[in-house]
Amino acid sequence: MAFGIGTVTAGDLAAPEPTGPPAISRRARAIRLPRSGKIRLGLGLLAFFLLLAIAGPFFAPDNPSATFANAPVPLPPSAAHLLGTTQLQQDVLSQLLVSGRSTLLVAILAGAIATALSVLIGVTAGYIGGLADDLLSMLANIFLVMPALPLLIILTGLLGRSLSGNDFVISLIIAVTGWAWGARVLRAQTLSLRNRDYVDSARLIGERSWRIIVSEILPNLIPIVASSFLFTVLYAVGTYTALAFLGLFNPSSWSWGSMLFNAQLANAETSGYWWWFVPPGLAVALLGTSLALLNFGIDEFINPRLRAAGLTRSRRGARRQPAARQQRLMRGRRPFALTPVVRGEGSQP
Amino acid sequence: MVTIARRLGIYLVTAIVAISVDFMIPRIIPGNPVDAVLAKMQGVPITKATIRSLELQFGVGTKASLWAQYLHFWNNLLHGNLGISTSNGFEPVTTVIRSALPWTLGLVGLATVISFVAGTAIGVLVGWRHSRWLDNLLPAATFFQAAPYFFLAFLALDLFSTKLGWFPSGGGHQDLDFPAMNWTYFADVIDHAILPALTIVVASAAGWIVGMRNMMVTTMDEDFVLIAAAKGLPRWRVVWYAARNAVLPSVSGFSLAVGFIVSGALLTEIVFSYPGLGLLLVNGVGDNDYALLQGIFLIITFAVLGANLIADFVYVFLDPRTRQEA
Amino acid sequence: MSAPLPAAPLPAAPLPGASLPGARRRGAGPAADRPLLDIRGLCVDYGIGPDAVHAVVDASLMLHAGEVLGLAGESGSGKSTLVLAATRLLRDPGVITAGQVRFNLGDGQSLDLLDAEEPQLRVLRWSQISLVLQSAMNALNPVLTIRAQLTDVIAAHQPQLSRKSRRARAGELLEMVGISADRLGSHPHELSGGMRQRVMIAMALALQPQVVVMDEPTTALDVVTQREILQELSDLRDRLGFAILFITHDLSLLIEIADSIAVMYAGKLVERASAAALFSAPRHPYTLGLLNSFPSLHGPRRPMAGIQGSPPDLRALPSGCVFHPRCGYAMDKCATQVPPLERPGGGNGRLVACWLQHDGQPPPELAAPELAASELAASELAQSPGPTAPGPAEPRLAAPELTGGPQ
Repeated sequence: MAFGIGTVTAGDLAAPEPTGPPAISRRARAIRLPRSGKIRLGLGLLAFFLLLAIAGPFFAPDNPSATFANAPVPLPPSAAHLLGTTQLQQDVLSQLLVSGRSTLLVAILAGAIATALSVLIGVTAGYIGGLADDLLSMLANIFLVMPALPLLIILTGLLGRSLSGNDFVISLIIAVTGWAWGARVLRAQTLSLRNRDYVDSARLIGERSWRIIVSEILPNLIPIVASSFLFTVLYAVGTYTALAFLGLFNPSSWSWGSMLFNAQLANAETSGYWWWFVPPGLAVALLGTSLALLNFGIDEFINPRLRAAGLTRSRRGARRQPAARQQRLMRGRRPFALTPVVRGEGSQP
Repeated sequence: MVTIARRLGIYLVTAIVAISVDFMIPRIIPGNPVDAVLAKMQGVPITKATIRSLELQFGVGTKASLWAQYLHFWNNLLHGNLGISTSNGFEPVTTVIRSALPWTLGLVGLATVISFVAGTAIGVLVGWRHSRWLDNLLPAATFFQAAPYFFLAFLALDLFSTKLGWFPSGGGHQDLDFPAMNWTYFADVIDHAILPALTIVVASAAGWIVGMRNMMVTTMDEDFVLIAAAKGLPRWRVVWYAARNAVLPSVSGFSLAVGFIVSGALLTEIVFSYPGLGLLLVNGVGDNDYALLQGIFLIITFAVLGANLIADFVYVFLDPRTRQEA
Repeated sequence: MSAPLPAAPLPAAPLPGASLPGARRRGAGPAADRPLLDIRGLCVDYGIGPDAVHAVVDASLMLHAGEVLGLAGESGSGKSTLVLAATRLLRDPGVITAGQVRFNLGDGQSLDLLDAEEPQLRVLRWSQISLVLQSAMNALNPVLTIRAQLTDVIAAHQPQLSRKSRRARAGELLEMVGISADRLGSHPHELSGGMRQRVMIAMALALQPQVVVMDEPTTALDVVTQREILQELSDLRDRLGFAILFITHDLSLLIEIADSIAVMYAGKLVERASAAALFSAPRHPYTLGLLNSFPSLHGPRRPMAGIQGSPPDLRALPSGCVFHPRCGYAMDKCATQVPPLERPGGGNGRLVACWLQHDGQPPPELAAPELAASELAASELAQSPGPTAPGPAEPRLAAPELTGGPQ
């Protein structure tokens, strides 16, 4: 277990560290493979979805737009159609597998563009300061406050069917609405890093600004950039699905959102055709959950206090396990400011 | 108070930019908005003046410069003229919006407040207690937060309305007649509002819970919380001291979240066919009702700005450190 | 109390009478009566089970009414852990695994804090034992006014007092530490560092406790403010008669203020003695090393010896005496057997955990004759404490009563 952080301090006479990732002081330590169950779950889910995006269409039993029967209502899951059929008698499973690709593609692309934008704007604003900072911050604030979805709805809807089938354009406009949060966080962090001693000394030596940014500041921003990327991808997944759900995209491009759009057109939710709308919705939700879990992991890497509080408490199977009674104690409630007295545990070294 | 003045200034600039973006919308979309409007007005007598004003409003085929159009737009705006809604019986946009706005404000406003208060309170409890089973609540909360609003709305509809029949399946109220100021009407409204509100609360509370929990865990490590306990203060007071500090990032995060919540709420409205701005928006998109879309965008932006302003006031009230310009 | 003091951090003349070690208390005499706080055999771990880290091992301390006990040691030696655990304020994952902490309630009654229930502790907290921490900026609640933070504890412990009298009392407390009462409405960030520390002291004295625990209260301040605050503390203690448990890594502070001193190393107490005895005649090699680790501003120049090596990792403590790897006097026995904390041969009223003192022949620097407090003040040791360890040094212009030291 971790040595108590709050009580026996490592004897710094200096004032407490300003807020910033403690990872800075541990740069030398290699990136460890995460040990917590929940991060593993997040990674596993994400890997699954990536695989789905890449290989899904090859596994689809049928063509997603092929119709099969002439029944008037969607058919529930059966041997022939593992996830049943839609109103038009198309195979739901095939649609599900094929749809993953566009969702993930757009989301990751949008995330990448938005993250690049936020790094560029945020770090520049934080490092340079002054008027540039004021202007860039104002820009970020404006984008933050403007409600993204209505704007996107309007833009996408009015773009016309042809253009809205272009994944790149969609990624671009989603990214344009999603970079501001990351930029703000990165700017704050850059500001704090800029005043650190090692940056000052690099400047005194005469290092050029861009070199300082790249070699001193950026490496310390990596956890935040990663977290920002995940967050933006999450946002993009949700937004893309929402836009597809509203029927704003070319009907020939399959996505989970468009499946939900079709499902709603056929009143699937009021008629109980759960096999049609639950799988795509669940897929989006699980993808989002995996990203959020990964974000938790990064949060805890940045803030060791959270790790100690154990949202992603690891199971160290290989190490010695304390006795049953001790385990019960570890699991039990620890009231605040009432140090427990556990006698007879033999603390003599 | 300098902080507030600065924030006001930023909001003003944002409002101006938003209005300008709004102004640009019909001008950057491919296609001719005036023709689209005229196409809808088949059979309605159209005067040259109408066409000219439409052209001016949308910037198509008019000889006026972009700047003149811009000023014209502002002029209209300040006179409360947002144009004519072509998809709603050619009523003025302001009238159309005014009938939908109270529904959205009521539903979204109330749901957001409930979500924030409940989420923060639960977050305090989870953060304070460290107990395992409460911690296990968190992945479930994460799931609900990651799931799209409309999917949750679907689930809610399917479960509570279709299968269990507890709640109506949509709409804002049963009668389409004049709303009467009586109890039956209100009860009916509430009955229709519960599922959408529940969806919004469940989808957004997770964020507050997790955020507050994390801040509580961090804050509890602070010395002043230890001192509060060392003072022998009653337990609730110690928690209150910690929470009072831990809530600050949530309040400042509220501004960011409002945008997301409003977006999600609009989608929820659509699924439930709730007679609010969401439905109006999506129908307007389908009908290419530019003027209405512009109007809705403006209203939503101003609402979000207003919420931000309120959140800023609350933050300054809660944190004395911001009152002094360093 | 708030008059400016001379700038010199250490006096050239003998220390003023009021701050002489041992000569301060009013009222009942020292060690004869029952101790106010009696810690015996306290063991504190971080974590439970085979991986637990032993932060404090078998620590025993006694604090008497009105006494100033200094607890000294390097960073990570366990001093804060010991004291926080004794008051049950140690945070997760701290666990107490053995010991007794008896608090004397008067009338022959005492309470073992380790057995106490939370309501009992809550009554005791602050009204009998209060706490002053290192950083006032962190210890004061940033969103509350000073008034609120002074009155909340009064409201909790003395609910019968009216709001008006609480506020009046808060004003009194501020005046007592030399801050004007119209700062009651301020927030912590509006005060200077020294003022904040004074507020913390005022807060700690709000209920007139018997014990004030101070964990490095002046470490974060500049030396001038440090001196002022120490002086004010002294004066307050004279007036109100509370006992102080003063934790610090800076032994030189304790010269001025402590009656007795306990030295900790790697979670164990290695020496305990009256301040005069410790400074004039240290018995443990670690104490000797500490005393030789800071220069004096007066007296002849001599090289600082320091202590070779660094403090051990608490997860992998050396066997036997924990200090033996760094000890210049280590014997074979030291590596295998843990020396008990006992009276050294010929010593009185002091304890030391060292085989050299129990079994061996301590060298002159570890067997110097003790000086009483009054003699200490008069000698040059007040200015440059500690006999020198063996090593090259300039010949000292020693007063004839100074014996010991190789020169």
